[in-house]
Amino acid sequence: MILKSRTEIRFVLNDKKISLNNVGADKTLLDFLRLEKNLTGTKEGCAEGDCGACTVLVGKLIAGKLRYMAINACIRFIGSLDNCHVVSVEHLTGKGGALHPIQQAMVTNHGSQCGFCTPGFVMSLYGLFLSNPNPDVFEIEKALQGNLCRCTGYEPIINAALEVAASNAMNEDALLAPSEITDILQGWNDGSRVETDSFSIPANLDDFADLLQQKPDATIIAGSTDVGLWVTKHFHDIAPAIFIAHLDELAEISVTPEGVVLGACLPYTTAFEAVTKTFPALSNFWNRIGGEQVRNMGTIGGNIANGSPIGDLPPAFIALDAKLTLRKGNETRDLPLEDFFIAYGKQNLQPGEFVQSLFVPALQDGEKFEVYKISKRRDEDISALCGAFKISLDGEGKVETCRIAFGGMAATPLRASSVEQALLGSEWNEATIENALASFENDYTPLGDWRASAEYRMNVAKNLLRRFYLETTGEVAQLSRSHPTHMEGVA
Amino acid sequence: MNEFKGAVHTSIPHDSGHKHVSGSAEYIDDIPEPAGMLHLYFGLSEVANGSITEIKLEAVAEAKGVVAVLTAADIPGVNDVSPTGRDDEPVFSEGKIEFYGQPIFAVLAQTRDEARSAAKLAEITYDKQTPVIDVKSAMEADYPHVTEPLTLKYGDAKSALSKAEHNIKGEMEIGGQDHFYLEGHIAMVIPGEDDDVLVYSSTQHPSEVQHMVAHVLDVPSNAVTVNIRRMGGGFGGKETQSNAFAVVAALAAKKYGRAVKIRPDRDDDMIATGKRHDFLAQYEVGFDENGVISALDAVLAARCGYSSDLSGPVTDRALFHVDNCYFLPNVKLQSRPMKTNTVSNTAFRGFGGPQGMIAGERVIEEIAYALGKDPLEIRKANFYDDVARCVTPYHQIVEDNIIHRLVDELEQSADYQKRREEILKFNQSSKIIKRGIALTPVKFGISFTATWYNQASALLHVYRDGSIQINHGGTEMGQGLNTKVAQIVADGFGVDMSRIKITATNTSKVPNTSATAASSGTDLNAMAALDAVEQIKQRLTDFAKAVIGNANDQIEFFGNEVHIGQHKISFADLVNRAYMARIHLSATGFYKTPKIHWDREKGTGRPFFYFSYGASVSEVAIDTLTGEYQVDRVDILHDVGKSLNPAIDKGQVEGGFIQGMGWLTTEELWWDNDGRLRTHAPSTYKIPLASDRPLVFNVTLAEWSQNKERTIRRSKAVGEPPFMLAMSVLEALSMAVASVADYKTCPKLDTPATPERILKAVERMRNQVSNG
Repeated sequence: MILKSRTEIRFVLNDKKISLNNVGADKTLLDFLRLEKNLTGTKEGCAEGDCGACTVLVGKLIAGKLRYMAINACIRFIGSLDNCHVVSVEHLTGKGGALHPIQQAMVTNHGSQCGFCTPGFVMSLYGLFLSNPNPDVFEIEKALQGNLCRCTGYEPIINAALEVAASNAMNEDALLAPSEITDILQGWNDGSRVETDSFSIPANLDDFADLLQQKPDATIIAGSTDVGLWVTKHFHDIAPAIFIAHLDELAEISVTPEGVVLGACLPYTTAFEAVTKTFPALSNFWNRIGGEQVRNMGTIGGNIANGSPIGDLPPAFIALDAKLTLRKGNETRDLPLEDFFIAYGKQNLQPGEFVQSLFVPALQDGEKFEVYKISKRRDEDISALCGAFKISLDGEGKVETCRIAFGGMAATPLRASSVEQALLGSEWNEATIENALASFENDYTPLGDWRASAEYRMNVAKNLLRRFYLETTGEVAQLSRSHPTHMEGVA
Repeated sequence: MNEFKGAVHTSIPHDSGHKHVSGSAEYIDDIPEPAGMLHLYFGLSEVANGSITEIKLEAVAEAKGVVAVLTAADIPGVNDVSPTGRDDEPVFSEGKIEFYGQPIFAVLAQTRDEARSAAKLAEITYDKQTPVIDVKSAMEADYPHVTEPLTLKYGDAKSALSKAEHNIKGEMEIGGQDHFYLEGHIAMVIPGEDDDVLVYSSTQHPSEVQHMVAHVLDVPSNAVTVNIRRMGGGFGGKETQSNAFAVVAALAAKKYGRAVKIRPDRDDDMIATGKRHDFLAQYEVGFDENGVISALDAVLAARCGYSSDLSGPVTDRALFHVDNCYFLPNVKLQSRPMKTNTVSNTAFRGFGGPQGMIAGERVIEEIAYALGKDPLEIRKANFYDDVARCVTPYHQIVEDNIIHRLVDELEQSADYQKRREEILKFNQSSKIIKRGIALTPVKFGISFTATWYNQASALLHVYRDGSIQINHGGTEMGQGLNTKVAQIVADGFGVDMSRIKITATNTSKVPNTSATAASSGTDLNAMAALDAVEQIKQRLTDFAKAVIGNANDQIEFFGNEVHIGQHKISFADLVNRAYMARIHLSATGFYKTPKIHWDREKGTGRPFFYFSYGASVSEVAIDTLTGEYQVDRVDILHDVGKSLNPAIDKGQVEGGFIQGMGWLTTEELWWDNDGRLRTHAPSTYKIPLASDRPLVFNVTLAEWSQNKERTIRRSKAVGEPPFMLAMSVLEALSMAVASVADYKTCPKLDTPATPERILKAVERMRNQVSNG
């Protein structure tokens, strides 16, 4: 099949059409806004997607409708914006300088002090209100997990958001109304491949598979929450790059009684509903992956394919016995997720091959499953360690099946095989648990670093098995911010 | 009569609020760049201790876009930016390397990216020595002090300790903290004619930047103008740490005749600039069966880093705050400002006060657990009173003590006793989750201990249309200083706030400014502004009496009008008529804090004009399997005297508390054995999030409080004191940990109390129990 191809990328920035030829693969949206467009309302606080000062909205046509998400402009590459609508803080203020209701609420609630983080907060809240006009305090906090403020202590910002939530201020928001932007983006949707000196944007999945065969050394960029830092922090040359986040075929979700199939390019946010419907135990956990902007950008496939020993998803999905579908050219093969991770920085992946999708089998009747992430700060932090547990008991209350996997305990996400052996066939009681603890020492020799010492990692890994057991007995064995059960029932 | 907006004691929003939210507030990196501007970037050392044996910068110089490479040899003046003139802080290393990340050279290029990546191309070989990273190692290695230690003495600690009923010895490790201002360091310099340079610097101390640039370029101060409209946060991190950036940018700008900007990446900002000092506190306390302290002997040693910077006054202030709200009848306190092979530590909100105070509170906790009492009881037993027990370790009399009333009111409003009972009950039955509650007080001394810093000037212009421009020596970093000063001016003239414009802080408008620090911004600058207002009002009053009314008329400035006896004239009309009558409508105001004096040699005096007070109750829950925790509820009652702007003050209290909570909980500075800071970006260094703030957060200003001293409208300083309210979080965590061993042992939680430290403490408690 002969594909049309073009060399320029096109997107709408606020109310202006942008067409760029020969933009570099490593060009970030933040630099483009600030240095080339003098849109300096968007700030750089960290250049690694962790502070949110650079938050903007990116709108994308999904089933013919524009859907906006808050993202970090500092680690978002321009090449990933083809056919998108980029909204920066400058777009919110109306004609004659009238403040948007979110901005006005921030002023009247004293939500800014130094003001440097403020545009980012405004944009994150805007992203929230576009999808949820009446959020509660926990939904607001979740939407702001990726925004750091060092001055206010957050209270007035939350109050501002609650004030907007209690009003109808968002009902007539411009971005919610059908607009010519939709028509522009639809008109641009020409099915072309984009080919520049430093990157490609494949037209579709087959095109991507072909391209990667031709350029097996290309940097594949989906959410860029990791690759972004290769550029902003490590000066890596990422060309040639292939941008794939737009490929609808890689963003498919299918939920069946057998389980869930998740396309590799699904952002965490988009996958949330399907995943947590099948695995309710993942819902709190899911909202502790990065901050909202990172969940809007980062993809399931990227979290696995980058092979990190501290990626959030692998321990849970290994415990659930997930299978990967890998594709190379027209060939696909399936692989148990746990076999994907060979050693630190080494995955079971051929040149020209990529992660296409993930199948996570549903829990069988009687199977219990939990995942626990331990980090210095609860939200928007990287695991010190993360443990996932799945067990089932037989009719006599003995452990019949058991899969336990940890991240942060070894050079790869890894199963606790000895611990599993120690539990299998034994009665599910405290003695069995205590007995099994020593086996952790066979399975893991964790390292110490700035996130936690080796000793802490080992002790907590053991204690997480205790927690898992206690929770199966109905004991309250972890804290909950939204449901502080420890504060209930106290007269 | 017209209403007018702008009166003091009202909650007026931040004067830049509408610009913050719309992204139109201009920070230095947002200023349109002059044509031909070049970008500068530092090349940093990659060892923590040693010397350079060979340095090859050819690859740097030949990299794409590079214009020049600058080293110490390019400095026409003095290669030093030490703020105290000790000549121990080179701009560029001349061979000796004393911390990982020390600037060695700078590269000038067409773009920032080019400068930044070229800086990585240097080939430097070092003669590497083992670095000394922490306070304990520094003391063991017999490292020197970076500046003279201080001793405070009152009574006879030694003999009182030997006679005490009970004695406890202990030590506490107190972690440092990165400022994490959201806007990192930045400077932009435009060269002018002759020796002139115009420096845009994100600094809390424009006059010091001016002085440093002059010093390094070897030009008089009058050639250097420093301008700062606003910072994106400072917190002390831009009191001295801005110097190096401004200086090198000025150096390059002058040498190459081009505008130059320097803006380090967040990681380099965190690696190469100073932080809050870590401390090791060693103490011995003597007390009776009621927990009343008879003697305290303590040594506070600090990780100062490789140079003195502000470590002298920081460690001094630590000693000034060990007593907190408690009378120490016999006391000896010594500071040890230790040199280490780390970045030179600097000012940070509280300026050593928090570290001294938390050590003092640890002593209280030790006594409480030893006697099996609620720490609050011990606190009350030791509070300063107004009779005899009111002398501080530096011999200043506490004359304005309101801590009894504050604590009593908070204890009631937060329902402390009942909640504590409930928590004790809960902990008996809950297996894994344990809870804790604590009430801690704060007393914080207000004034720079460097007495000459306690002065300020302002420049006030009234224009013919009745609009007013005020300029003062303070800098705006988010704290609302400009809003408060504008309120004072508006109030003084009885006009709307909208008539007042506060312009950027600029050394050519107001010279010889003090750092905006020590919580003193409003106390000093609003007083100076008021002085200027009074002068012009006097001229207008004299004019009005002479021309419109008569000498016996009452004159009132109110509602954008001036009332002269029975006459009424709009403010603008009066101003214009005064102008036509050749009345001078511009004035400089000046203020210096009265009453203060300090003899450091003797360790006696009145370093503080007054004290600010506060108290907080925190309730927490911990998970004894993982050490995870959450802060569920916080109640605060805080004293800002008669608040100039309750909304802004409340913002300072809430923000200060959360920042203090971060210091004591999740914010961990972690150096590896090579002396590399490994928590140098928000991915690894964790400041509190919205979801870390207490879900129940009751913050109240003590409305009944008035400053006993004649401060600006009887208000009190608010920047630093609330930071220390967070001490109750640490102590509530401590109580939750102590529950594991039935509250019989002081958990001795060091800070930051990360989940790991909490779990370790829980395990110590468990071992205590199992060892009987």
